[in-house]
Amino acid sequence: MASNGIKDKVAIISIGCTPFREHWDKSRDDLVIDATKETLGYVSLTTSDIDAYWIGTAQSGMSGLTLSMPLKLEGKPVTRVENFCATGSEALRQACYAVASGAYDIAMAVGVEKVKDSGYQGLNAFPYPTAGTNRTLTAAAMYSLVLPAYAEKYGIDEDELRMVVAKIAEKNHFNGARNPLAQFRREMSAEAICDMAAVAGRLSVFDCAGVADGAAAAIVVPAEKAYSYTDKPLFIKALSFVSGNGSGLMDPEYDYTTFPECAAAANDAYSQAGVSNPREELALAEVHDCFTPTELILMEDLRFSERGEGWRDVLSGDFALDGALPVNTDGGLKSFGHPVGASGIRMHYECWLQLRREAPDDRQIENTSKTLGLVHNLGGYPGEMVSFVSIIGTEKG
Amino acid sequence: MGINVPAGMRSVASYDEDTATMGVEAARNALLPLEEDTKPTALWFSSSNPPYMDKTNANVIHAALRLDKHTGAYDFGGAEKSGVGALKSALNSTETLLLVQSDVRSGLPSSEDEIYGGDAASAMLIGSEDDGPLIARYLGGASTSEEFIDRWRDPSETHTKSWEERFVVSQYLQLIDSAWKQALATTSLTLEQISTVVISGSNKRVKNQIAKSLEATNVRGDLFESVGIAGAADATLLLTHALETSQSGEIIALIVLSDGIEILIFEAGEIRNQHPATISSQLNSRDEITYQRFLQWKGNLKVQPPNRPAPSRISASAAARESEWKHGFVASKGDESGLVHMPPARVSASPEDQIDAMSSISMANTSGHVVTYTIDRLVYSESPPVVFAVVDFVGGGRMPIEITDVDSDNVSIGMEVIPTFRKVFTADSIHNYFWKVRPKRI
Repeated sequence: MASNGIKDKVAIISIGCTPFREHWDKSRDDLVIDATKETLGYVSLTTSDIDAYWIGTAQSGMSGLTLSMPLKLEGKPVTRVENFCATGSEALRQACYAVASGAYDIAMAVGVEKVKDSGYQGLNAFPYPTAGTNRTLTAAAMYSLVLPAYAEKYGIDEDELRMVVAKIAEKNHFNGARNPLAQFRREMSAEAICDMAAVAGRLSVFDCAGVADGAAAAIVVPAEKAYSYTDKPLFIKALSFVSGNGSGLMDPEYDYTTFPECAAAANDAYSQAGVSNPREELALAEVHDCFTPTELILMEDLRFSERGEGWRDVLSGDFALDGALPVNTDGGLKSFGHPVGASGIRMHYECWLQLRREAPDDRQIENTSKTLGLVHNLGGYPGEMVSFVSIIGTEKG
Repeated sequence: MGINVPAGMRSVASYDEDTATMGVEAARNALLPLEEDTKPTALWFSSSNPPYMDKTNANVIHAALRLDKHTGAYDFGGAEKSGVGALKSALNSTETLLLVQSDVRSGLPSSEDEIYGGDAASAMLIGSEDDGPLIARYLGGASTSEEFIDRWRDPSETHTKSWEERFVVSQYLQLIDSAWKQALATTSLTLEQISTVVISGSNKRVKNQIAKSLEATNVRGDLFESVGIAGAADATLLLTHALETSQSGEIIALIVLSDGIEILIFEAGEIRNQHPATISSQLNSRDEITYQRFLQWKGNLKVQPPNRPAPSRISASAAARESEWKHGFVASKGDESGLVHMPPARVSASPEDQIDAMSSISMANTSGHVVTYTIDRLVYSESPPVVFAVVDFVGGGRMPIEITDVDSDNVSIGMEVIPTFRKVFTADSIHNYFWKVRPKRI
């Protein structure tokens, strides 16, 4: 894979995140203002101190005006980006490249989604005009195809596998219960989740990401200037992105037990960052658990588990808060909620808290010598998706 | 509903079928066994319940069948009699005509139309011996037109009203003698030479009284207890059934009681319909539904859909560009790789193929099997839940596609399915037609 990466050229100096909630009393603009105000406040900056902005929102606004109007920015370049559910990460990625190029000395990425004003359940794609031949299946149903495929491929009883993915939800609810910003702060047992009515394949509502409003923001600067803003910056080690070609949907070889776009993005990121054994080298990972089977597959695609072994590692508790490699320590999309444009930056926010040892005591991961965190953020469906992976660390190489 | 339920069963259009999609299904059955060079010069569509007014419904059937662009497509719409009217006009024409007749009945719950009505479509190719061996030869007949109020429907209403039966019976009885005599005279036949009498009409009592008055002992049992009375499609449906079950040389009189009387007399030909999906075999492989679901499909029982946005109307220009795929289910195949792309693509997923180095491949008659599937209880549907499957087609081609005509409990990996043309949804009164798959039964 051809990418040079920008290892250690850019650092995050501040990052903030609103609570993810059904914010009936807050508009999209309120959420954007809350997230930027918090993020600027940590480093005592104002909006005029930022040279350029990227605003990520999937469906809550169009153009840079989504940010420049509520913040009353004067003469600033603002770019609106959209990349499905990886929109927030995409905003951050573009801000990082702008700084790495030398075009700007300080840039801000903001992600926002105001989902709950639609009045509908779930996340619903913006209806652009079509011939009416496109697939209409929900994302939940598409991801539910993973379970029977994985069970058959590895000879696992479907009931047992159903319990395995419920354990993923149980873990993420456990972590989210220890996160004041999370949408769902109640622990849920895997057994209770298995007892719930199925809505898509064997998945229940509690196998799906929480649907929430929220915003998050991050400020990035050239690495060499980072310490003038904070004594604990996080350095960008890798940023990768793969946009799939959709061949999984038409390829008889594709078997719904892997997301090749994610595996490719991970390999690129490991190569950029010089990570050879992610399971050993990473302190934590924030991954895109839009549905519980997604997190299972990601454990293998991100090389945290051997192929066909992810389910065993889940049952062993390897990815729990006190496991060998904690995953989704903030509750993930499942429990923290998923305001599409904000989620990618929210994932970096959790790495920020954990690596700087600023997470609440009851979910702070064990102090180890590991300095790297991984963020994985995807958008789309099995067979046709975009995937983002970043690696960030506390030490400048 | 507090009424006597008559014996037998009725056929019902699924929630994703209308008279156009059922017409496509019937026409595919009619055309599939024919030689490649047997082609109609026009398609005539008849229905009392067309999906569109103003717009020609025959066109979408024409598109789904991938008929030649220079083949005409016309609607004979409105009256139930438009079915037999098109049949008679076609028989008197020198053209080779594809007749597609289709109806969906819309009686109110517990009405006679609901109790006696059935949804059905039939298709037949009308031509001469130059087109190939005949299933039946038209010998002649009679027409009797008379204005009286029998059954009527305001175009803005869905349900038909009818006048008091005793008056209606008397009107038909008044007409039958002269019609019958004329039909025998024009064909130089005697009553004894008529092997079979088939009576079509939307009023059961009228049919019984006419049968009695003819004193014909050879009135064929109709499809009343298996399909129901099928409106504009009834006459050709009953004729098809008679031809499927008769011997060569039999003389069949088709009597149609609809705002007057039409009589058409046929001699059964040497061959039968070559397609395995005869009416009897379709009835034998039926699925049954509950009355609740029946009411739901007929629009007489509104149920809460999943709380998801209803679909937006389709784009006319996008649909026109994609017509080969949307209506014809025509995929593309890489010239070098042979990889089948569903939907068709200009750029192959295989690096072996150059850009735009693809040829067309029709998938409409290609069966497939279910690789994996899921039940979606969240997505918007007029009849949830939606069953969706990843299907591998014989000879190549994979697509995630909805399975219709299936109970969600009866889906299985490996199940054989075939493409079927359906109405996916309607928005802004525009019907979105596209293909689904259904279990292969026959």
